[in-house]
Amino acid sequence: MVIKSAVAGGRLLERKSPILNIERRLFMKKALSLGALSLLTGCDASNPSVADRILWAMSHWNDEIQAAIFDSNKSAQIYTESDITDPFPFNAYYAESQAPEIAESGYALHLGGLITDKASWSLERLRALPQASQITRHVCVEGWSAIGKWGGVPFGEFLRLVGADTQAKYVGFSCADDYYTSIDMETALHPQTLLALTFRDQVLPRRYGFPMKLRVPTKLGFKNPKHIMAIFVTNDYPGGYWEDQGYNWFSGS
Amino acid sequence: MQNVQNKSERVPVHAFGVRFFHWLNAFAIFIMTMSGWRIYNASPLFGFRFPSQITLGGWLGGALQWHFAAMWLLVVNLAVYLLIGLVSGHFRRTFFPVSPGAVITDLKKALRGQLSHGVGHYNSVQKTFYIGVLLIILVTIISGLCVWKPVQLQSLVFLLGGYENARLVHFAGMSGIVAFVVVHLALVAVVPSTLIPMIIGTARVDMKKEGMNNHGH
Repeated sequence: MVIKSAVAGGRLLERKSPILNIERRLFMKKALSLGALSLLTGCDASNPSVADRILWAMSHWNDEIQAAIFDSNKSAQIYTESDITDPFPFNAYYAESQAPEIAESGYALHLGGLITDKASWSLERLRALPQASQITRHVCVEGWSAIGKWGGVPFGEFLRLVGADTQAKYVGFSCADDYYTSIDMETALHPQTLLALTFRDQVLPRRYGFPMKLRVPTKLGFKNPKHIMAIFVTNDYPGGYWEDQGYNWFSGS
Repeated sequence: MQNVQNKSERVPVHAFGVRFFHWLNAFAIFIMTMSGWRIYNASPLFGFRFPSQITLGGWLGGALQWHFAAMWLLVVNLAVYLLIGLVSGHFRRTFFPVSPGAVITDLKKALRGQLSHGVGHYNSVQKTFYIGVLLIILVTIISGLCVWKPVQLQSLVFLLGGYENARLVHFAGMSGIVAFVVVHLALVAVVPSTLIPMIIGTARVDMKKEGMNNHGH
């Protein structure tokens, strides 16, 4: 199962990601030819690295601001069953038909980094842990939003259970679709952050991230990784698939 | 030539602080609007997209970087301007009094091309426009904060009728600002002499003419 999904993901990455990157760099240059940068700095506007450096610095500054205003006692609004968006949109950096197919048998969630008990977890064992569910709004970085119901293991409790170093800075995720992302520890420990195993009380379907996704109602959608294969705790900034291309890392809601 | 210089002199129109705010604000609004259009294009609220040539950022991630960098320029500049404007009495002196009656009278005059547009003095239509655009910018900032932080600022989001409504308010605010800019630039094109004082601070005034007739434009 992993092989198949890795092949699918690898092909996608090969086809999409580097090309998109080049396109984006070219777009960035075009955008700069508008002269906006020269207005700002009086510098050579054809050199994108100056703008890039300013914009990345501001994005890091915004990470700090967002971490400072993040209130771990503040909960995302809870909605009712009738508010649920139906059908809930599929969203990924690939088409729905390309979503990885993962067989339940043989699946194991790997743990790494600053975690005491690194034993892998089967879905059966995860389902045996105390579960919680909630109906929250998923807000996409693109602007649209949709309301869904996710259920699973409260992530903070899971981290404590496996002896994660909760003083560490980051929790990183690598996924079967070659997606990867990371979040701050404070958000990881937020009571609403779930290691989601279900959607609308059914086993999380493939299109929404089987076998599990991280549901973080206090962050934008792309900070909610699907098809999670491994979780690690670290103090070294792990970045992310979109974050490395320019999306703001913290991206809190 | 000598004769002309005797009859006219440079009078202060816009203080340095006003000009400093104005141009930084214009730059910030320019960046916010063009990057905002690119962000809008990622998930259009209505059945159209902005042509990518008039957007900034190249792609959604780039546009977001511009938007969330320039927002600091916009907000800090505006905050300083509002604070100084309130404390110094600048707003009281230049924007008030303004009454609905005076606005209607001045609007009629303006449409007949008879409105006084004296240097360093705003007529009622101008006052309304400048107060109005400041309020619209404030609403746009507040709704923008709601779209940015719908969980942390959920009370504010509630006041605006929820997340999706806050997006609509943010779009409406942008539209109001753009409408202002269009009218503003059109009037500068009609009366280009108003541009110079906003750059250098002073205007050359023909004392004799100014004394007799304040209807220059």
